[in-house]
Amino acid sequence: MNDLVEAIRAGVPGAGVDVVENPGPSAQHALLLAGSTAVAVAEFLRDSQGWDFCSNVTGVDWPARKVREVRKTMQDGKEISESTELDVPGCLEVVYHLYSLKNKLGPLVVRMRTGNRGDDVSVPSLTSVWKSAEFQEREAFDLFGIQFSDHPDLRRILMWDEFEDFPMRKDYVAPDDCEYEPTPHDEILERVNARRGEA
Amino acid sequence: MLDEALRSDLQKRGIFVASFEDLYNWGRKSSLWPLQFGLACCAIEMIATAAARFDMARFGAEVFRPSPRQADLMIIAGTVTKKMAPLVVRLYNQMPEPKYVIAMGACAISGGPFKEGYNVLKGIDRFIPVDVAIPGCPPRPEALLEGLIKLQEKIAAQRLFGPGRARHADAGDAADYPVPAYGAHDLEPPLNSGVFQPPPARRPDA
Repeated sequence: MNDLVEAIRAGVPGAGVDVVENPGPSAQHALLLAGSTAVAVAEFLRDSQGWDFCSNVTGVDWPARKVREVRKTMQDGKEISESTELDVPGCLEVVYHLYSLKNKLGPLVVRMRTGNRGDDVSVPSLTSVWKSAEFQEREAFDLFGIQFSDHPDLRRILMWDEFEDFPMRKDYVAPDDCEYEPTPHDEILERVNARRGEA
Repeated sequence: MLDEALRSDLQKRGIFVASFEDLYNWGRKSSLWPLQFGLACCAIEMIATAAARFDMARFGAEVFRPSPRQADLMIIAGTVTKKMAPLVVRLYNQMPEPKYVIAMGACAISGGPFKEGYNVLKGIDRFIPVDVAIPGCPPRPEALLEGLIKLQEKIAAQRLFGPGRARHADAGDAADYPVPAYGAHDLEPPLNSGVFQPPPARRPDA
């Protein structure tokens, strides 16, 4: 992965590229591209590195969250732990899975992140690099609300055009139209009782 | 009505007597023409039912019509998404009377495994009347045939005259069901309250 990052930095001057480590046993690390140079880096990946096939595009919703960091220090033979809370701002993320049919390699995971989850949800479209990304970018737009700039035809693809929500976001609330469960319990039973109270 | 004992007595002497209603219903139930459309994996079972191994032709329902104008029976075979629901209701409206609906599989009945999702209709009975519901995921072809036989029994029992007569014999009862519109968050309206009233939710142990 580090060789690839160096090759990108050598091939595309000023490329914004980072590595997102995957600490799990799969160790499937990802490239994190900056939006401004993403198209140039993608073209470099396709033309010079042989990543000629984009098999999958999907999205991830990262709501704002708090991360607690615990630091342990030894003081006078005692262990003292300090914890600090960090605010991590939310963002939306696009994930591309690239394969190389030529070199029989893959997947290479490439990610891009938006500035936030509200007004800055734009990332550059990579449809001009991999044609197969077109419909899947539309799907990510439909379900996550990620705006792909320079996409040739950015419309909803699964939900109807009049639909306004983005159902795969973590804060999406589905319409409350589940009036009937054969054996209502927990949340649904509370909801049913509340509705009966109103009526 | 003809006396059952008299009818059987006459039949023993070689005289077959039937009411007009019986003959008419026998003809209708023995050549149901289903509308040829499938929505999801249940459609594959429906195709298997129509093909040689299970052979729906034995029950007179093998003539799948590609036009709603020529169909008597709508088999809702599969998941009805909210995007597809208005189209299904419109197809139903375009079918001529008498018409019947079989809801095939868990999704068509209630939304099935997708019931708590955002994009699946929680049962087609929210918009159009369903005559026979077949549970299963998907139902076996035998189950679809059983459902068809149940529908045939229902048709055979329909009365054409007098109070409580079949819907198609009642000129006053227009069978045009409102087609829902695509809304900003859900279908509008999300259900047709003239067709569907949710049963009271009650815990079985309460």
